[in-house]
Amino acid sequence: MSVLIVVECDGGEVKKSSLEVASYGSQVAQLLGTTATAVAVGEATEANLAKLGEQGVAKVLYDKEPRLKDFVNGAYTKLIATAAQQEDAKVIVLANSNIGAAVGSRLSVRLQASLATNVVELPKTEGGSFTVKRGAFSGKAFADVKLDGERKIIAVKKNSIEALHEAGKTAEVVSFSAQLTDADFADAPKQVVMQDQAGGILLPEADKVVSGGRGMKGPENWNLIEDLAQALGAATACSKPVSDVDWRPHHEHVGQTGITVSPNLYIACGISGAIQHLAGVNSSKVIVVINKDPEAPFFKAADYGIVGDVFDVLPKLTQAVKELS
Amino acid sequence: MKFLVCISNVPDTTTKITFTPDNKEFNKAGVQFVINPWDEYALTRAIELKEAQGGTVTVLNVGEADTEPNIRKALAIGADDAIRVNAFPKDAFFVAQQIAAIAKEGSYDVILMGKESIDYNGFQVHGMVGELLGIPTVAPAMKLDMSGNTATLEREIEGGKEIVEVNAPFVASCQQPMCEPRIPNMRGIMTARTKPLKVVEPTGEGARTEVASYALPPAKQGVKLIPAENAGELIKLLRNEAKVI
Repeated sequence: MSVLIVVECDGGEVKKSSLEVASYGSQVAQLLGTTATAVAVGEATEANLAKLGEQGVAKVLYDKEPRLKDFVNGAYTKLIATAAQQEDAKVIVLANSNIGAAVGSRLSVRLQASLATNVVELPKTEGGSFTVKRGAFSGKAFADVKLDGERKIIAVKKNSIEALHEAGKTAEVVSFSAQLTDADFADAPKQVVMQDQAGGILLPEADKVVSGGRGMKGPENWNLIEDLAQALGAATACSKPVSDVDWRPHHEHVGQTGITVSPNLYIACGISGAIQHLAGVNSSKVIVVINKDPEAPFFKAADYGIVGDVFDVLPKLTQAVKELS
Repeated sequence: MKFLVCISNVPDTTTKITFTPDNKEFNKAGVQFVINPWDEYALTRAIELKEAQGGTVTVLNVGEADTEPNIRKALAIGADDAIRVNAFPKDAFFVAQQIAAIAKEGSYDVILMGKESIDYNGFQVHGMVGELLGIPTVAPAMKLDMSGNTATLEREIEGGKEIVEVNAPFVASCQQPMCEPRIPNMRGIMTARTKPLKVVEPTGEGARTEVASYALPPAKQGVKLIPAENAGELIKLLRNEAKVI
């Protein structure tokens, strides 16, 4: 009986969200009085996998099959299921990412496990029950969900768990084979296309986000958003009306029907704060709103605000950030 | 090509969320319910593909009788017929079992749905249906084209997209910018009344999860306003007070 942690890797590195997942899984193992084993998916280096010891992982299973570099649902599901059976895992923890949620749902059927996605806190295990807190209603509420059955799968929301860091501890990297066959790669991608990300920071993984709305008046003014984002090391985002009129690409749209984000800092520039937009961002730790309309509803959800013209305020903020460093 | 489109009935996106006094259930009083916005992409794309290449579009909803106005709306948008599994959708696994049973019985080629519902946000049902039926799942899909039995999909990944080719039968969950969701026209609304809507009873096991209680996020303490002329002051507060930069 153990806890199995699924770590996603990309370009040899463990993704930030997977460091959070590893920390979460190690703490669940401690809570249940057992050990945490990780299984790696994607392209990893053994040195980086060994560093998962810093997040409390004792052992990492690594299948070097080269076709696992890109996400293949069939192959990833079989790989993780095989690892779960080998380790007799009663709890499986993965990221609430596109990969984690897609695999987690298939795994839950294959392993007859109960599944909770979008989880934001460690489980409560009083009185033999197993309850997790998850986001619901697009961030407008939380639900405490009781997971039944012998096996449980938990998909952890990004930025909701602080990654542990105990420098110098290493995990043992063990080679592992799920005996994958060609049939397991039937749904392998034919092509992978990466989009240009401002400053190279991915919006779903970002811990700081600078976002623009219709108040930016046009795509030609986005350099103001990008300058501040670059100075802060933040990702850029936008509201729905902005992506609807193609000022910005759809993958930058945050809100109820876009990406839900929960960074440490969300700076909204020229966004009035419709309820659908708030739903996608209100689990951010600190919200800053810049808008010339003092009645903008977003100010009610904000921690800090500036009533002013974004064209005047944004360059001042960028300058102030540059002066800090 | 036989398309099965699964729709869920959710509170309108502008709804202020409240719960019953025991915090066990969502408070439906005075709330308007709509077709889950993500499911509208699945529905419209299935109708577009049917119009281009022939076939049928069946709408499926797991829900009690009060979901029928939205099922009729889906028929008005252009689906051919509908099935309602007469049960409260207890959890994702329960719903997935109903969808898989209907899909198997009707030998549907393409099963589409939204990537998640805006109320429960599970992002689970598509994968469960695919696994129950032993067919591929592509989630979340931003583009779907069909040529004969083969589908080409664009799947969103963090920071990019993948092009995936699968043969029917398969399951895909849909999101923007797959298509421009349609709204019903008068002719559609009139013809929807006469289209078949079959009600069936649920099958399979019960749910595997249970909501013990709901809670609202803690209220914000109130905004701290910084004068625009001293905008730079904000950055100092973010570093020294909020400690986020």
